[in-house]
Amino acid sequence: MSRYTTTTDADLREMLEAIGVDSLEEIFDRQIPAGVRLREALDIPEGLPEQDVYAHLRELAAKNTSAEDEITFLGAGMYDHYVPAVIDMLMSRSEFLTPYTPYQPEISQGGLQVMFEYQTTISELTGLPVSNASVYEGPSAVAAAGYLAKLANGKSKYVVSAGLHPHSLQTLRTYAHGYGIEIVTVPLKDGVTDPDAWAAAIDGDTSAVFFAQPNVLGAVEDASALSAAAKNSPAVVVAQVDPITLGVLAPPGECGVDVAVGEGQALGNRLDFGGPSFGFFAATEAYLRRMPGRIAGETKDVDGRRGFVLTLQTREQHIRREKATSNICTAQALNALGGVVYLAWLGKRGFQELGELLLQRTHYTREALAGIEGVTKLHEQPVVREFALTLDVPSVAAVIDRCQDAGVHPGADLEALTGDPAHRGGLLVALTEQRSRKDIDTLVRVLSDAVAAERSVGTTAGAAA
Amino acid sequence: MTVLDDNTLHGDPGIEAHPERHTASIPAGATSGTPMQRSEVKTIFEKGSPGRRAFSCPKLDVPECDPAILLPDAYRRKEPARLPEVSEPELVRHYVNLSKRNFDLDSGFYPLGSCTMKHNPRLHERVAALPGHSRLHPLQTPKRAQGALELMYNLERHLGEVAGLPHVALQPSAGSHGELLGVLLTRAYHEDRGETRKKVLTPDTAHGTNPATVTMAGYEVVKVGTNADGGVDIEDLRAKATTDVACLMLTNPNTLGVFDPNIEEIAHIVHEVGATLYYDGANLNAVMGISRPGDMGFDIVHYNLHKSFTQPHGGGGPGSGPIAVSDRIAPYLTVPVIEKQDDGSFTLEHDPAEGRPGSKSVGRLRGFQGNYGVFVRSYAYICSLGAEGLKDASETAVLNANYLLAKLRQDGVGEALPLAFGDLCMHEFVLSGAPMKKDLGIRTLDLAKRLLDHGFHPPTVYFPLLVDEAFLIEPTETETKETLDAFAAAIAAILKEAKVDPAIAQNAPYTTPVRRLDEAGAAKHPVIRQPL
Repeated sequence: MSRYTTTTDADLREMLEAIGVDSLEEIFDRQIPAGVRLREALDIPEGLPEQDVYAHLRELAAKNTSAEDEITFLGAGMYDHYVPAVIDMLMSRSEFLTPYTPYQPEISQGGLQVMFEYQTTISELTGLPVSNASVYEGPSAVAAAGYLAKLANGKSKYVVSAGLHPHSLQTLRTYAHGYGIEIVTVPLKDGVTDPDAWAAAIDGDTSAVFFAQPNVLGAVEDASALSAAAKNSPAVVVAQVDPITLGVLAPPGECGVDVAVGEGQALGNRLDFGGPSFGFFAATEAYLRRMPGRIAGETKDVDGRRGFVLTLQTREQHIRREKATSNICTAQALNALGGVVYLAWLGKRGFQELGELLLQRTHYTREALAGIEGVTKLHEQPVVREFALTLDVPSVAAVIDRCQDAGVHPGADLEALTGDPAHRGGLLVALTEQRSRKDIDTLVRVLSDAVAAERSVGTTAGAAA
Repeated sequence: MTVLDDNTLHGDPGIEAHPERHTASIPAGATSGTPMQRSEVKTIFEKGSPGRRAFSCPKLDVPECDPAILLPDAYRRKEPARLPEVSEPELVRHYVNLSKRNFDLDSGFYPLGSCTMKHNPRLHERVAALPGHSRLHPLQTPKRAQGALELMYNLERHLGEVAGLPHVALQPSAGSHGELLGVLLTRAYHEDRGETRKKVLTPDTAHGTNPATVTMAGYEVVKVGTNADGGVDIEDLRAKATTDVACLMLTNPNTLGVFDPNIEEIAHIVHEVGATLYYDGANLNAVMGISRPGDMGFDIVHYNLHKSFTQPHGGGGPGSGPIAVSDRIAPYLTVPVIEKQDDGSFTLEHDPAEGRPGSKSVGRLRGFQGNYGVFVRSYAYICSLGAEGLKDASETAVLNANYLLAKLRQDGVGEALPLAFGDLCMHEFVLSGAPMKKDLGIRTLDLAKRLLDHGFHPPTVYFPLLVDEAFLIEPTETETKETLDAFAAAIAAILKEAKVDPAIAQNAPYTTPVRRLDEAGAAKHPVIRQPL
């Protein structure tokens, strides 16, 4: 008996008697072939009292430098936004935390209505009429959109902007290799997808086109033009969108995008070293019956009362099996709850205000950092909450290390992130509403010192060589 | 006036008294729930008022620039997203009230078969919320994220030990994601050997995710039959295991709660044609410390951390679906991989050296390193239980299932709901409601709905597909004998009641926030967002 099991010796005797066996061993001996029984104990340390487990996990936490310990400008897909207290409270309520997927709608109206409200907010943000109740996270949502296109038109090629987040591109590659779709990447020009190369790459064999808004360099793409370029092809237009930017950026649905997906972490979810968060998935009406995952719908009960159910389930794996639109089962319902509560907390005006604030602070930060000796903008395109710089230093990692020693994480090493040698010297800086002007000014000072120090190291090393 | 009473009682004008009910089919004595529970609730979009807000935006503390210069008009949003306009008190009340319309594991028994609804220790929520874990950015420099990498490294070792396989990748987000990785690893393995294979075998008892995964990974599904004992039909398997088969996906014990007695032979047949043997870990809770998939001959195993390892299910996620593999599959694992260095530090390798796990990687399956918050919880669970506790968990899960099965036979339920296969069971068992339907006129669905009135979450119904009127029960190890007794008594009572008047179950439930819902209508005319 552990602290989570309850069988006393007296219980055990009664239970074995009811079953009609002499021992617990007998139950296993009669069912599991002797050749595959494990006779020795697992090589896992002995169990600990609750307080010791807490101490161990706290000790591990203390070995990490979190956004609580430094001023961070790291983004590149996940962002240190403030998570309001109401979200902690609601996400830890037993009634939301501990049920399974709502297979019994009569006793799951809370969760189902949350899904319905969530779908409504995602439709509002993206300007697309159809949203599911969540997928795993951002990059796999991109791959899921690819699979939708593959099933919808059966064409042989994906055209992908190099501005897509590298994790999304890599995930799409992993998935597409399975069912054999070729991937053609289109390079960036002046920080955004090269429009001519993009148009030239799209043809009658194109199953889907993918771009990111804003792209991996933080640049705002001309979403309408990118979408329009695919209109005379069979391609499904897929955009990976940072949802926080949709307070100021035109919704993808109004730019001709067919499927908008993205990482929902910025909407009220913790960083959690990369997850769990949620992915959102929205589409035009045409793809309603091709959507992956759960969808909640409104209906009535036998007494005429309003209620909600999981709907259009004939798309799904538990009904359609090998012909399903996706294999997804468990998604991210609790995290999507965080998302809808966050958007309701921000509200209609707050969502816009937050976008405008980020726009202003990001501009200020970009200009201030570009004023540092040895630092230039990687591109001149408009940005909303993230931007790329080029540092004229031998090692961006060393600059980051120096800044961190001074208590500031200046952003992501772009070359390490994308694996693209063209991004050597690149630094990707992200803003959230938690980074005040004071923080930004600290960043300017710390980065300036670090770049200067690394440049002098580089010069010395060069002279020595 | 009833409407006023309900609203006054509840004090939230967003909750409206329900319409008149059909009273004809409600049995005397059926309670009708609290006013809140049997009311209609407006959506958050139907509440609030223009101008209300819960968020105070930080002040603009940098010199303001003309927004039109920062972002050209052509790129701008013209109309704001029509999000709710509510104050914090309204926001809290709305979602707390919604939560009360959910049944949950903390409130009652949840014997949903193949879902392993075991208790979720609250310690896990506390440790996962520590800022060192919860506010750690996934791109934090590895030398400043040593605690996270150590935790993941330890979790990989422990999970590998449970499966009896040496290499673990934590990246997949849920069971079906792990399945996809497993089949893609199989593809990579065969391609690396210059082999092209076209088919994947799945038993007819398989979870729907298995065949769906096979298609996504670009293979053709071939079904394998089930024999009279509930295991794989060996002759059928032999006939279908040809050299163009890439993999057999198996759940063991399977969804019938049967541990396949021929597992060693099955592994032999599959390996003889060069295919891999894949273990769907949905039912791993039956065998921790008792029998290991690796020892049974499986090459690839996925775990559902939200089942066997207590990540709370969250009403449909988050989950996590790590996989474990044998040496021959290890080169193809996802990147990045965690490596422990000689000095005891941990690194994240995006391009592992030749011969190391991940050196011929299939790539990524998602962003960053996986659902770390889930890893924290499952790791805490393993630390709490240790080897002995994990074994105790599985033993007790199997004991509880067999006891409940025995009780359901004792109480005279056996004739109406016989066990579909076998005599004993592992951690779950399937009853068939076919005799009940024939003799009492109520279906498995009716039994499930009537259980709601008794305060229980029903078992899984109509799965596995090969059992007529299936009723799949998984009690888990964290339930008391008293709870199992009460559940068995409730089933007996419902059957007894149905003998007298089947209409009661046929029209159940009565005490829930809503009664049976028009699912066909919802699918025919989908309303999937609030009209604004």
